Amino acid sequence: MKAAKVNNGRLEREKFSVRLKRDFRSNKYIYIMLLPVVVYLLIFSYAPMYGIVIAFKNYKPRLGILESPWVGMKYFKEFTSSMYFGRTLKNTLALSGLNLLFGFMAPIIFAVLLNEIRNMRFKKLVQTITYLPHFITTVIIASLILVFTNSDGFITQIVNGITGHTGSLIGDKNCFRAIYVISDIWQGFGWGSIVYLATIAGISPELYEAARIDGANKFRQIWHVTLPGMRPTIVTMFILAMGGLMSIGWEKAFLLQTPLTYETSDIISTFVYRKGFEDANYSYSTAVGLFNSVINLILVTTANRLSRKFNETSLW
Amino acid sequence: MKEENDKRMIIGTGEKIFLVVNNLIMVFLMVITLYPLLYVLFCSLSDPVELGKVSGLMIRPAGFSLRGYKAVLDSDNIWTGFRNTIFYVIVGTSCSMAITIVGAYAIAKKNFMLKKPVMLFIIFTMYFGGGMIPTFLVVQGLHLTNTVWAMIVPGMLSVYNMIVLRTSFQSVPESLYESAALDGANDFTMLTKITLPLSKAALATITLFYAVGKWGEWYPALVYLQKRRDLYPLQMFLRELLVKQEDMETLLANNVGQDAEAYLLKEIIKYATIIVTTVPILVVYPFLQKYFVKGVLVGSVKG
Repeated sequence: MKAAKVNNGRLEREKFSVRLKRDFRSNKYIYIMLLPVVVYLLIFSYAPMYGIVIAFKNYKPRLGILESPWVGMKYFKEFTSSMYFGRTLKNTLALSGLNLLFGFMAPIIFAVLLNEIRNMRFKKLVQTITYLPHFITTVIIASLILVFTNSDGFITQIVNGITGHTGSLIGDKNCFRAIYVISDIWQGFGWGSIVYLATIAGISPELYEAARIDGANKFRQIWHVTLPGMRPTIVTMFILAMGGLMSIGWEKAFLLQTPLTYETSDIISTFVYRKGFEDANYSYSTAVGLFNSVINLILVTTANRLSRKFNETSLW
Repeated sequence: MKEENDKRMIIGTGEKIFLVVNNLIMVFLMVITLYPLLYVLFCSLSDPVELGKVSGLMIRPAGFSLRGYKAVLDSDNIWTGFRNTIFYVIVGTSCSMAITIVGAYAIAKKNFMLKKPVMLFIIFTMYFGGGMIPTFLVVQGLHLTNTVWAMIVPGMLSVYNMIVLRTSFQSVPESLYESAALDGANDFTMLTKITLPLSKAALATITLFYAVGKWGEWYPALVYLQKRRDLYPLQMFLRELLVKQEDMETLLANNVGQDAEAYLLKEIIKYATIIVTTVPILVVYPFLQKYFVKGVLVGSVKG
């Protein structure tokens, strides 16, 4: 009995390798086509993953990755016991949390309202114009924000005139989050509505007709037909956004921050950049980056599991 | 009966008000979207001294001058940046498309044995990575730093784009491949003769995604091109000029002088720079809008 099993096992294994060989031959071109992708990912994704070991070593460029001495969790302890840990974690979560809270709603509301526009040419015009900011590069967005919110920018003048605030807005650490989130909404509400508009377009017109026959007015139709129809998309998008909480785009924060605003503007990824490239502390920077990636991975996997549960759709 | 009629009337006017208000909201949103850009346009066309006196909102240029534009167009850095960026967009997008197309074709195929492990190998990279420094060490180790390839090779493949393209490749009917296989066609022939001609819209979309990405990219230049300013893409020069606000004389290499008027002229130059470097994209984009929209929608369904 036992022998047969082993035998069987070997038989299976042989069969597998034979099958694989035959597969390589019959799908030769498929494997050739995969080769560049596999090589690329090995070099630019997996080799850096191996490079993460320097987070546990005292990396010296002179010694290389292998020869640099191990230091265990030293840099993680250094980070978690420093003032930067609480500050960057709080700022990362605050910026992405506020973005999620406000930035998430904007495209949904916009899509619902835009859907009620009956004049197709007007609707098309609104779409074209509100999608525009998506195509402005981050550097230009940052420079627009700077010229509008520095001490003589027009937004500063208006806000200061109304609220009695003094000085520039961008240099004020209490304004950084608002500036970040509002500019994100400005840039993204139109573009973000595309998915929702497509969802609304997919809702059966019969549902609206039935609602109208039952005497539902516009508002009731929106409440009882449009919004429920959008629910699966909204849930999916929300879960996706939850998964991205720690991977908030760092470019804009990096471009807008100054040492004056670090208290609210310094997020984990900008800190990783400064530690690595400005202080040349490679190991420390990698340790902080790894901390971020691991939380990120946990968030994304959790999000995916949630998505599967709620919608029976998942990312993989 | 009368009551019900009244109710209908009220609902009717309520809806009418809603439609009017809704149209107004849309107009308001368009104004909010466009005004910042118009403001910059007005400033860029203004007379430097006149502009210095303006505060608050503007509804037209203050005075008129093209001195800002002249300074921008005379600037060597802007031209170098444009030239480099165009090179990176064309060569970078071509390289990216080549690797993305073959990869997407391969993973669109159902019938090869290592598909599952290969997919895992590919998808995992979307969710976990080495991070800034380890990636930098790899690029440095390959001696790509301070060469044009630093702008093209490290970000060549977007796994996300590849999966979007695969989704579209999968909609090509299997029967076409089967009959081509009977005629003795191999996968390269099928890719070029069947898949690509049937996926033109998706190819356009992915090409545009890559091109827009390359156009706005500056991070690789920041870390990989530290010693080669002559290879900087446009966005890097813009960052220095507009965000870091480094000394303009050295950047624009023309004599704006040091007095008050020079200071005001510098403001105009900034605005003109924003217009010169943003308008080309904004003018082209509406014609390509449908491809972008399609790309967003394909990307939002299950990858």
